[in-house]
Amino acid sequence: MKHGKWPLIVTFLVPPVLLYVFFVVSPYLQAFQISTTDWLGYSADANPVGLANFKTLWHDDYVWNALKNNAILLGLVPVLTIVLGLFFATMLAMGGRKGSAGVTGVRGGALYRTVYFFPQVLSVVIIALLWKEVYHPNKGLLTTALHGLGLPAPTWLGDPATAFWCVLAVMVWSNVGFYVVLFGAAMSAVPKEIYEAVLLDGASRFTTLRRVTLPLLWDTVQVAWVYLAIFALDGFILVQLMTNGGPNFSTDVIGVRMYDTAFGSETKFGYASAIGVVMFFLTLSVAVLSLRVGRRERIEYS
Amino acid sequence: MNRRDILRRSAAAGLLATPAAGLLSGCATSGGGDKNDAETYQGTKSAQNPLGVKEDAPLEVVIFGGGFGEEYAKAHEAMYTEKYPKAKIKHSSTQEISKTLQPRFVDGTPPDVVNNSGSSQIDFNGLVSQNALAGLDELLAAPSLDIPGKTVKDTLLPGAVEVGSYDGKFLVLNYTYTAYGIWHSAKLFADRGWSYAKTWDEHIALCKQIKAAGIAPWTYAGLHPRYMSWPLISTAIKFGGPSVATAIDNLEPNAWKSDSMRAAADAWHQIVKDKYILEGSPGLDHKQSQTAWCQGKAAFISCGSWLESEQKDVTPAGFNMTIAPTPSLGSGDKLPFEAIRGTAGEPFMVPAKARNVAGGLEYFRTMLSKKGAQDFTKKVASLTVVAGATEGVELPYGLSTVVKALDASGANGFNWVYNSFYRKLERNLVDAACGEFFSGRIGPAEFLEQCQKGADSIAQDSSIKKYKRAA
Repeated sequence: MKHGKWPLIVTFLVPPVLLYVFFVVSPYLQAFQISTTDWLGYSADANPVGLANFKTLWHDDYVWNALKNNAILLGLVPVLTIVLGLFFATMLAMGGRKGSAGVTGVRGGALYRTVYFFPQVLSVVIIALLWKEVYHPNKGLLTTALHGLGLPAPTWLGDPATAFWCVLAVMVWSNVGFYVVLFGAAMSAVPKEIYEAVLLDGASRFTTLRRVTLPLLWDTVQVAWVYLAIFALDGFILVQLMTNGGPNFSTDVIGVRMYDTAFGSETKFGYASAIGVVMFFLTLSVAVLSLRVGRRERIEYS
Repeated sequence: MNRRDILRRSAAAGLLATPAAGLLSGCATSGGGDKNDAETYQGTKSAQNPLGVKEDAPLEVVIFGGGFGEEYAKAHEAMYTEKYPKAKIKHSSTQEISKTLQPRFVDGTPPDVVNNSGSSQIDFNGLVSQNALAGLDELLAAPSLDIPGKTVKDTLLPGAVEVGSYDGKFLVLNYTYTAYGIWHSAKLFADRGWSYAKTWDEHIALCKQIKAAGIAPWTYAGLHPRYMSWPLISTAIKFGGPSVATAIDNLEPNAWKSDSMRAAADAWHQIVKDKYILEGSPGLDHKQSQTAWCQGKAAFISCGSWLESEQKDVTPAGFNMTIAPTPSLGSGDKLPFEAIRGTAGEPFMVPAKARNVAGGLEYFRTMLSKKGAQDFTKKVASLTVVAGATEGVELPYGLSTVVKALDASGANGFNWVYNSFYRKLERNLVDAACGEFFSGRIGPAEFLEQCQKGADSIAQDSSIKKYKRAA
């Protein structure tokens, strides 16, 4: 066995590591370097400007506005998605109660699971276009439904007061399905006896979720949290396709700001890289923090 | 390793991957650069070959795959190879001009001809300030391909060269000739007995009448509200004269808050105040609003002359879309009612580092030949900057009204270029202000204030190169 170890490592591990270094790590390092230049992106000339880009960034109201929106997303998208995901997964795994038969899911669970997973199958671009039509202010699903009930409807994506929340809702909608499946898989790993014991003790569904399921699923929830936090700091594709940051910058996020600075209305690649560097550190800190704060003792089934 | 570890690690990987997608400047500034060793193609100049094209040099053409499609370009390429049968043309079409071509500019290996257009257009300010574009003066001085006795410059409509010039250097060929105005359906107006109003007061009275008939007088592209800045600025220029536009283009202090702009903003505020705009318009994009207009839900819409080809699929037969100039504010207007904004659009450029610059210029000469221009007009129903190229071409209804409007406007025609000098100012800043103004969330004074603030932020940004144009 021993003499066969190294060829294996070399064949299977070295190529991916090299690819990773070449395509991921090296662009990173370059971006750090570019962020200290005034590079305009269409020639090879770039003058070092030190930290001037970061200084400009500190005073850039548009960047702060985008960061504020990201902060709101960070506060709401993970919580809403995880709560909904947990709720649906619980109902699918143990929502139904058939007396002595013990713990089962609600009727039609398989169907629901498929339906929840739909958004995950669609590409993000399709989701954005689909919802753009749902939010159509005159003939969209929502407006038609509200008008049908005799209620006034807002202009959804056309109004700074509602546009941001419309996009946020789509973010939650498109993510929940994946976490239903993720939590569902984790729940199926929990021994059934535990639930039967809980059932015998007469615990309600909510108590079961809070006192039994959640602690047992904590690791999974934590991972979900990190994923969703990263998503909330990005959110680029949905925002760019649905509103491109408008109206009046009300849905702007830091990713859109960066893209716009380099490829959109300007060609300031140096400044855009500076925004990217800031985004990198923000994402890193958020991920590390959520892993630290969420650390708990692990429960082992024996 | 158990399942949790895998999840945890893949989360960490995701953590690294997301900003990686973000740090988009993967291609280093150090890479490539001046490839002086690369061969450039240059033939010998002669009367037959004034630009010095090397007859067997390959030519690469990148077309923006937008409303005009790419067939017209293939036809131009065929005309080029007819003259230079040994030249191999590499044709491609994309909607993502900036993303596709940025690395090639940095690498020093850009294509020879680029149709830099669409929403992913590369900001011209950046290109020009980095000397990335070849000068086109040689092209202007060359004789026209099939209009005898004239240079290429002589065959162009007035204003075509100015629009593509930066500090007096002609760098960008804007190929189409576009009129910007207010559109209505001649059929709808004839059926209802309405006629297009020539003054603002009459326009408001007409809006009232239209609204009473159960049709919304106006709609607009709420998600791209800059479309409404066009008639507003036009109104101001007709009221105060072309100097209003020069001041805006040259980023003069308080140019947006001039008396003319104030008068125009006050006037246009009326259609917002009196609710003459189709409900829900702030949430419509350009296609959705134009479609609502084609369906007769609204009477007026602001757009350029590409509207007809863009709406081809949804326009009902006999709709007869008609362009008209913005109404005059009053008898004190400096320009007559007929004055309309006409300008060259649809930019084409030859990168300075292209290997076949001469071929690029010759390709432009082909486009600007009478044959090339007529073929374009036939294929995509748009005018070109070549004067008189519509002769003998049967025009669709909307385009024929554009030709008539431009003829009537004549020497009174006007234009502004701040949008190509400073893309961000129109695309982001004025756009956002228009959104607030035309949805009624802010009034005229705040609107102009917000536009001025945007212009000031450009003026104060030392990293943006400034251009001036003569009055």
